[in-house]
Amino acid sequence: MLCKISINNIKKSVKDYAVYFFTLVIGVSIFYIFNAVGSQAAMLQMETSRNDLVKLLTGILSAVSVFVAIVLAFLIIYASLFLMKRRNREFAIYMLLGMGKGKISAILLIETIIIGIGSLAVGLVAGIGLSQFMSALVANLFDADMTSYKFSVSGTAILKTIICFAAMYLFVMIFNSVSVTKMKLIDLIQSGRRSETVHAKNPVLSVILFIIASAALAWAYYMVAYDFGTLNEVKVVLSIVLGAVSTLLIFFSISGLLLRIFMSFKKLYHRGLNAFTFRQISSKVNTMILSMTVICLMLFVTICALASSFSVRNAMNINLRKYCPADAQIELSVYDKERKYDVYVDIEKEYKETGLDLNTIFGEHVHFASYADKGKTLADFFGPYLEELTRKFAFFRFSAPMSLVKVSDYNDLMDLYNRDRISLKDNEYMVICNYSSMKQMLDLPLSTAQSITVFGNELKPACNECVDGFIDLSTSAFCSGIFIVPDNAVNETQKEHDYFIGNYRSQGKAEIRAIEKDMNDFIEKSWTPRINNLYGFNSTEYGGCYFSFSTRTELYDSSIGMSAIIAFIGLYIGIVFLIASGAILALKTLSESVDSVPRYEMLRKIGAEENSITGSLFIQTGLFFLLPLLLAVIHSFFGMKFSSQVLESMGTEGVSMSIAITSMILLLIYGGYFLITFFCSKNIIKNRI
Amino acid sequence: MELLRVQQIEKYYGNKSSLTKAIDDISFKVEKGEFVAIMGASGSGKTTLLNCISTIDRVTAGHIFLENEDVTELKGKKLNSFRREKLGFIFQDFNLLDTLTAYENISLSLSIQKWPVKTIDKAVQIVAEQLGISDILDKYPFQLSGGQKQRVASARAIITNPKLILADEPTGALDSKSSGMLLERFTFLNREYSATIMMVTHDSFAASYASRVMFIKDGKIFNEISRGKASRKEFFDKIIDVVTLLGGDVSDAL
Repeated sequence: MLCKISINNIKKSVKDYAVYFFTLVIGVSIFYIFNAVGSQAAMLQMETSRNDLVKLLTGILSAVSVFVAIVLAFLIIYASLFLMKRRNREFAIYMLLGMGKGKISAILLIETIIIGIGSLAVGLVAGIGLSQFMSALVANLFDADMTSYKFSVSGTAILKTIICFAAMYLFVMIFNSVSVTKMKLIDLIQSGRRSETVHAKNPVLSVILFIIASAALAWAYYMVAYDFGTLNEVKVVLSIVLGAVSTLLIFFSISGLLLRIFMSFKKLYHRGLNAFTFRQISSKVNTMILSMTVICLMLFVTICALASSFSVRNAMNINLRKYCPADAQIELSVYDKERKYDVYVDIEKEYKETGLDLNTIFGEHVHFASYADKGKTLADFFGPYLEELTRKFAFFRFSAPMSLVKVSDYNDLMDLYNRDRISLKDNEYMVICNYSSMKQMLDLPLSTAQSITVFGNELKPACNECVDGFIDLSTSAFCSGIFIVPDNAVNETQKEHDYFIGNYRSQGKAEIRAIEKDMNDFIEKSWTPRINNLYGFNSTEYGGCYFSFSTRTELYDSSIGMSAIIAFIGLYIGIVFLIASGAILALKTLSESVDSVPRYEMLRKIGAEENSITGSLFIQTGLFFLLPLLLAVIHSFFGMKFSSQVLESMGTEGVSMSIAITSMILLLIYGGYFLITFFCSKNIIKNRI
Repeated sequence: MELLRVQQIEKYYGNKSSLTKAIDDISFKVEKGEFVAIMGASGSGKTTLLNCISTIDRVTAGHIFLENEDVTELKGKKLNSFRREKLGFIFQDFNLLDTLTAYENISLSLSIQKWPVKTIDKAVQIVAEQLGISDILDKYPFQLSGGQKQRVASARAIITNPKLILADEPTGALDSKSSGMLLERFTFLNREYSATIMMVTHDSFAASYASRVMFIKDGKIFNEISRGKASRKEFFDKIIDVVTLLGGDVSDAL
């Protein structure tokens, strides 16, 4: 009997449940897809080093899944409580007929179980289907081979999803039972009969609050996006809090403000159903200020997460091609503790003496050293600007020596890199830099043609700003300033670091992997012990000998791993937040539509056209979905400015691409919710005669 | 001059196995400027009759002519424009939009008809004056009493200058004082502006304000009395007589 009631209830209220069910299904499938990434990737043919990355990714994704599960749990509880409220009349009838609260709970329990099992089944099927596409994404992100790929199902992910959602449904059941025991018959009977009181806000107060909120927002925007230099943790937290509070205030005041503005355009306000439409929207916004705020902030996080993650990935790929134009780089500097400065060690020579001729491995290569005039530091270069810069960048090491490179060495390197050569006169120098905040500092003295004196030669700048370029192989624009000087301006005995940059003789992925493995083995077993021995360092001591062997493969792997992990997490959290926002808005709108049925009936009775009623509904639903999105987009604009400054080193290429992808995902999910909501609402208020 | 002609209409509910005849062959005429009350017990078919005339419901058989236009044949857009141009509705439960102010509730029926804003404002002020609600125009429905709400609803119904005002138990949710005031307004509108009003009620007191009362029982017209030159009190007594004859089941409203 109870079962029959439950099933009939579900059948009857399919319209109400459609959004709920849709949300659950998406939730389940997303949860499955991201938890199955690990086992999907196992099906792909991948380099071992990337397998480790996949393992790391899987670990991070399951950690994020805990957070996602909590968000989804809140959403599900919110939705189910919401649906329960809609059924107060029904419960009242049950209670009037003498049904105990236990039995009502039982009905709800059966309903939850039916819907739970249904959504899990559908969601898992959808998830398993979609996760095959996810494999393609994984393969793309990790450069894996998909030829041996087969349709796969992840048992652990299924188990995880079932356990997680079963726990959530259990929570829902407990919540439902608790709220059933709290029900009072009189409240149930009267619910919905009470006429809605309109919270008309004082228009003057609305205007004042709106102005205050906008001003606060503007200040927060300015702090994070334009006053980046002086930003500290306190200010960041302050602007986040300010942003959130202003968002709340804006939603608090906007309906009153907009309505007031709109009403002053009497011609527009009294045209057709406009008055009705805008009153509806303003009452809707007024009744859910807090939800709107939460939704707006979630959308903001979503947009930022999605856009940043994609732009990081794009930028990394582009940067890698740009900033890593050779196969490998060996760099060595040895710090002499006794004499307290760097001593020069010739890499090629040392290698040969240890028993490895680098020429057998590397074909095309450049071997050069950087020079340092002891006692000449960056502080000397900054000269009159030093005081100002010290105040602004307190953490910067101004006592570091100026790194000098001979112009012929630099041009050789540029030939290797396939970049433009530079030319210098005998009394000129040039600063190479591509790290933009460093460039700002270095440009100051250059703009006033600051001359430098190295090894007794006075040199003038060849250019009144830094020249774009770099020496080290890197994943991003990270060259913080190298001084290029004429060949005859340096003292050959004052070498500082030794560089060996070149391309391997062998090509082909597998061969290169083998070479690098041999190199690393050699470094670990023979080279490092020998150098340490030679210069009296013990290997655990910090700071004695700086040695690096960086290769394109290694940079590529770490960059791919980083970007893939960021992209996955951004995608995961972004989509879940999108679902949550869409679902809350949809549920709220649908229930409003049910409450508004008599209003639409009324409009029909006084002769409103069906077209204008549908139009009014469209505007209502559209604006309701658009308002939080609009504010979130404005937030994101400045948020992205902030994050692009934080991620400056990653570069900002491909932003338009990532914005396009983000908009597509947004359009698909959020737009989908909007359409479902609109058509369901239209169905609810449909003319029944 | 004849305004409304109801011609042998029938309305059935249900299916073949259990058929309910809500209206069973009713015909009558309403002249322009008349104030007609329709009385009957619960379930006698009086609201169904009103719904059929107002095109909210469709007849099973028969025709209804308003100014020689057959309203039973109207569909879609024509039906909507007919409703908004020719008819004014007043309901028992007011049916005001609770998100709009009294002013906007009244003006809405004009803006639906795409009236220019200037004329809307003037019209609202005039009709508010007529119904004595000028001072509450800026209030929301939840701030108004039942009587005030019903007068706002009435203002909305008459502002479009409809050919026919249809009122379904307009005093049903009002106390006796508000009822009296509302009905006074109806007679005022009827007398001064020759508005044609058709009111369904089971309250003999309300019916006594009309110029003619039709009694309906089991879907048929049972009796019909006109007020003529009689005073309201005398007419009320006559109505009570018929109600007693009807079986007394409507007198519970008194």
